[in-house]
Amino acid sequence: MAKLIKKPLLTPLRVILSSILILIILVWGTWLLIDGRDMDILDPKGLIASQQQWLIIGTALLSLVVILPVYTMLGMFAWKYRATNAKAKYTPNADNNHLLEAIWWGIPIIIIAALSVVTYVTSHQLDPQKRLYDDSGRSVNVQVVALQWKWLFIYPDYGIAAVNDLRMPVGIPVNFEISAEAPMSAFWIPRLGSQVYAMNGMSSSLSLQADEAGEYIGRNSNINGEGYSLMDFKVSAVPEAQFDTWTKATKKSMSAEGRYLDFATYKKELVKPSKDNPAVYYQLKDDKLYKKIMQQFMPEHQYGGGH
Amino acid sequence: MLGKLSWETALPQDIVTLGGVIMGGLGLLAVIAAMTYYKKWGWLWRHWLTSLDPKKIGIMYIAVSALMLLRGLADAAMLRAQQAVFANMADSPVSADLFQQVFSAHGTIMIFFVAMGIIFGVINLIMPLQIGARDVAFPLLNAISFWLFFAGMALMNVSLAIGGEFSTAGWLAYPPLSGLEYSPGPGVDYWIWSLQVSGIGSLLSGVNFLVTIFTMRRKGMTLMKMPIFTWSVVASMLLVVFVFPILTVTLTLLSLDRTLETHFFTSDMGGNPMMYVNLIWAWGHPEVYILILPAFGIFSEVVAALCGKRLFGYVSMVWALMAISVLSFTVWLHHFFTMGGGANVNAFFGIMTMIIAIPTGVKVFNWLFTMYRGRVRFDTPMLWFMGFVVTFTIGGVTGVMLAVPGIDFQVHNTLFLVAHFHNVIIGGVVFGMFAGYAYWFPKFTGFRLHEGLGKAAFWSWLIGFVLAFGPLYILGFMGAVRRLDSYDPSLGWQGLFIVAGIGLLIILLGVFFQVVQLAYSIWKRKELAVGPDPWNGRTLEWATPTPVPEYNFATLPTVHERDAFWEQKQEKDKAKKLSYEAIHLPKNTGYGVYVGAASFVIGFAVIWHIWWLALVGVAATVILVIMSSLWEDSEKELSAKEVESIETKLWGQKA
Repeated sequence: MAKLIKKPLLTPLRVILSSILILIILVWGTWLLIDGRDMDILDPKGLIASQQQWLIIGTALLSLVVILPVYTMLGMFAWKYRATNAKAKYTPNADNNHLLEAIWWGIPIIIIAALSVVTYVTSHQLDPQKRLYDDSGRSVNVQVVALQWKWLFIYPDYGIAAVNDLRMPVGIPVNFEISAEAPMSAFWIPRLGSQVYAMNGMSSSLSLQADEAGEYIGRNSNINGEGYSLMDFKVSAVPEAQFDTWTKATKKSMSAEGRYLDFATYKKELVKPSKDNPAVYYQLKDDKLYKKIMQQFMPEHQYGGGH
Repeated sequence: MLGKLSWETALPQDIVTLGGVIMGGLGLLAVIAAMTYYKKWGWLWRHWLTSLDPKKIGIMYIAVSALMLLRGLADAAMLRAQQAVFANMADSPVSADLFQQVFSAHGTIMIFFVAMGIIFGVINLIMPLQIGARDVAFPLLNAISFWLFFAGMALMNVSLAIGGEFSTAGWLAYPPLSGLEYSPGPGVDYWIWSLQVSGIGSLLSGVNFLVTIFTMRRKGMTLMKMPIFTWSVVASMLLVVFVFPILTVTLTLLSLDRTLETHFFTSDMGGNPMMYVNLIWAWGHPEVYILILPAFGIFSEVVAALCGKRLFGYVSMVWALMAISVLSFTVWLHHFFTMGGGANVNAFFGIMTMIIAIPTGVKVFNWLFTMYRGRVRFDTPMLWFMGFVVTFTIGGVTGVMLAVPGIDFQVHNTLFLVAHFHNVIIGGVVFGMFAGYAYWFPKFTGFRLHEGLGKAAFWSWLIGFVLAFGPLYILGFMGAVRRLDSYDPSLGWQGLFIVAGIGLLIILLGVFFQVVQLAYSIWKRKELAVGPDPWNGRTLEWATPTPVPEYNFATLPTVHERDAFWEQKQEKDKAKKLSYEAIHLPKNTGYGVYVGAASFVIGFAVIWHIWWLALVGVAATVILVIMSSLWEDSEKELSAKEVESIETKLWGQKA
């Protein structure tokens, strides 16, 4: 093994300099690739997503408490106790030290204990099932149905429904009820926060609030068949007055065109799998539509019992 | 007569699959032709396929897993090529349907037929040696386990050639997508049966290894003197024994839904898909610990040996392993916080998940302090370890982030999640296996792997890994969900996907170096030859001659201390005057191969609804099991003289 004892290629100075160089290249390269792109999760536009953004940043910073010492010790110990460094202390039989071990059982326990408190509190704070209302107790109800491969949004209070077009007023919480007539899907608007699964015969709850007007992307995040990737939808957060105008105008024009949505039309026009659907609007004719869609999968209705 | 099988249903549906089948078929034909030409079939059958020697079974596991790794990587390359280049082209060769098959196959193969296979291979090779045993507790059962694994692997690959499709439902096949209504083809059935068959093999292995460890340790080796890798095997196999039955039952219920049209997991008629999601993760989460714990064990051995120091905090390490093992049963729900479990339920599972970070963190610090005041040699196993610390720490941290339900709601099922689990599985499991490969290779071959090529492979993997998965974290923050075969080009994601693709190419370069390394090392084996203890090892596997003889130890060692071989070496009184005695070893037998073949037939027949053939398969399996149980003349004897001559030869050549 005489070959090993030669002038070291890696001196501390070289290591540090090349590390800095690599870091610069990485940062610069990353900047090139993200500059001008939308970082939806780190650039939130809603009440829930903003809290989640800080939760993400906070825990990431907290994790440095672990990462930095580990990396530093790895680097230092590897350098100092390299086999070729005969000057370093060598204690081949040292195999425990209660104080040290107590420290590194203790430190992670403290970190995790702190994080557990955060977890408990934020699990309640950000619970998707928690209903949000604005100061004057208002909220908008939207019923969502995941279909193959499109989204149906029903606005029961306004008597309209839309495919792949979700509009919501800025500053007023929207309470979603989410179901499906498709393989398990997931409803998610990254800019506004929190995704939840959409499942047949079940209704999931989610409350979100847009704080800024704008157009955002909504997504399906759970694979549900061939058209999965194309299941995006447009989310428009608009001022309240504009939202009211839109709901009224839609209702009016749809009833003028005779485009009504009831369970029969739903089964006829929407259940069939289709991809890349353009936005379509309806006047809601049956305000129990959402319930009926869910009930299709419920045994008591299927067996005909109870009626 | 042939159930649902016909020319129309059997042929590959698309050109890419057909190409894969043709290439795979030609490769197989070439191997068969070469074997026939060199008249190697008898040799293969007598020395390998029918062998009950755990070392040979271990090597077969690893060989199969290595081949499957290549297939899994080819799948990964297709996924990356699609996302980086073809995603927004009108005439992409990869359709959405094919893309979904490929990622389902990629996950399934990498977990079941690569990671699991390598783990079982390494355990077979190392664990009996470490506890000073000559064999495992049930040698034939061990072979059967391997052949069930092989049969599952074969079914998985046959899906391309016969039926032409694999599942499109992801590696865990959530219903209702995996149900009959949404996936009527044979793909999901192939998925079910390849896992079912290999899963039963895994369960049997778990039982076998646990019994081996608990009953066959050498005299004096109390539990707290066991080598740490063996402890990691205990922790991992306990999980296997508890959770694989869950998988078996879950898959059975899903296949009943699909074949007999029952309603366990359908979304109507009283079925409940959420139950499947719970069950599959009740198996699935412990499964990832089944994979990572033995890797932790390997790292513990490597660090101690290459730093020339006792493992720091052995007792802590054991407690940490067992704590992780137990805790891993209490976290499955974190895979579906977004299913609406409620705040308290989510908080409970989130906190339990984070608690696992504590023993894991302790392990990392203990490894680092094994380096402290040691003599660190930077051979490839050590490099893999250091690469592991660098990558796995990030994976652990992002895991803790994902464990906070409030964060998970935003990054679940995004590429952030994908980056996280590749971070722990590649950085942890894969690097661990590579460390073990470089570390133990000379023990079984008598020569080292070429160091330069090994280092080249390491650096390619490490750099490739960072480039392949770093961008995915960023894409996750941009709102990119997983499993996308296309995306809106105006989002500007393509650059990051291209970098990820380049990362994969660099990883593939690393794999290329590994293939070359193996070939080159075999070619130069004379120059790379080493003695039985090349690393100045500490545990009993280094006490045997090299290559390890079939019986492992000519005279069984007695153990007084934790690092039993280290202790032997310190006592300089090498009492070389040994008296040999006759050794009994299991005879070779074809039962393992036959049981594997019969299981393959059962799986294949049920997939295609060929009921008479399924009955034949079941009958054959039952008869084979009864026959093998009645097999009495199952041992051969090596006389004391034969043992002596083998030992003299093996020790002599290195003296």
